[in-house]
Amino acid sequence: MTGRLKVAAQVAALALVAGLFALLVWKVATQDEGAAPKLGRGETPPAPAFSLDRLDRPGKLSLAAYRGRPVVLNFWASWCVPCKEEAPLLESVWRRYRDRGLVVLGIDINDLRGDARRFARRNRMSYPLVYDGPGNTTTKYGLTGVPETFFVARSGKLICDRLQAGVHLEGNKERFQECVEEVLGA
Amino acid sequence: MRSLLVIAAALVLAPVAAACPSAADLEGELICPTCKTTLDQSDAPAARRIKSLIRQRVAECASEQQIKDELVAQFGPAVLAAPPRKGIHWLAWLLPLIGLLTAAAVISLLVWRWSRARPDEAVADSNGRLPLDPELERRLDRELAKFDG
Repeated sequence: MTGRLKVAAQVAALALVAGLFALLVWKVATQDEGAAPKLGRGETPPAPAFSLDRLDRPGKLSLAAYRGRPVVLNFWASWCVPCKEEAPLLESVWRRYRDRGLVVLGIDINDLRGDARRFARRNRMSYPLVYDGPGNTTTKYGLTGVPETFFVARSGKLICDRLQAGVHLEGNKERFQECVEEVLGA
Repeated sequence: MRSLLVIAAALVLAPVAAACPSAADLEGELICPTCKTTLDQSDAPAARRIKSLIRQRVAECASEQQIKDELVAQFGPAVLAAPPRKGIHWLAWLLPLIGLLTAAAVISLLVWRWSRARPDEAVADSNGRLPLDPELERRLDRELAKFDG
């Protein structure tokens, strides 16, 4: 009887280890790397969907609402210094191209709602803003920090490039303008 | 008379002061959303802003639960270092306890069986002597047989 109990205990221990190992393999295999690495490999993945609370007015806003329109998707936070520096350029692009259907959409992440609203007011951000306090969209898009900017074509696919560390920077400014033109034409 | 009034005021105000949570305690129970460590271990800009909000709310004497609820409403339940004691989150509290109790029960059972098995195997004869192991008995017989021969 003791022998049978011992074998049963061994089988249970092995099953437990195998189960945990299977869970690990499943987690690693199904882990989504996000859209950014795919974009980096030259692919045009679909822009991950989201529906978030608006920051600039009551209600929710989903990316699907802009299907058929080119979108400049900018991730920012009030505590991020380059976000403040790039805000005027994003605002000017929004004002300049909105008649051609372009939408600049700001996603505030990992931030306090009150801080984000104050930041938007101080920096005169008039384009649509949504709030993602928990940062759920960051994993879907494969963000490495803020600010980061993506370009969504009318088809709903991400195109051109992912611009990091501020679109106003010397290394990014020209590329930003190219991507805006590309997304308008796509 | 004056000193009595001071003591009375201190007694009235003391429970109020005690009810206010400590910012340091809260910072150890909340997670920075960008660096995923507790706020007291983080100097990230997001953590600094949350710490500042906590101090402001503590100064207003908001309860610990109120402050946590406000932060969960903005950052989600992942902002809590420990899962809340409700719903599915109970599993995180109960599973380690269940595992510990199961292990203790299994070990107790094995020890009990092991301690019971020994006396059963060795039953003493009427003279109080324990029987020999069968293999040892056979060997002894063989050895004695040599002298008989």
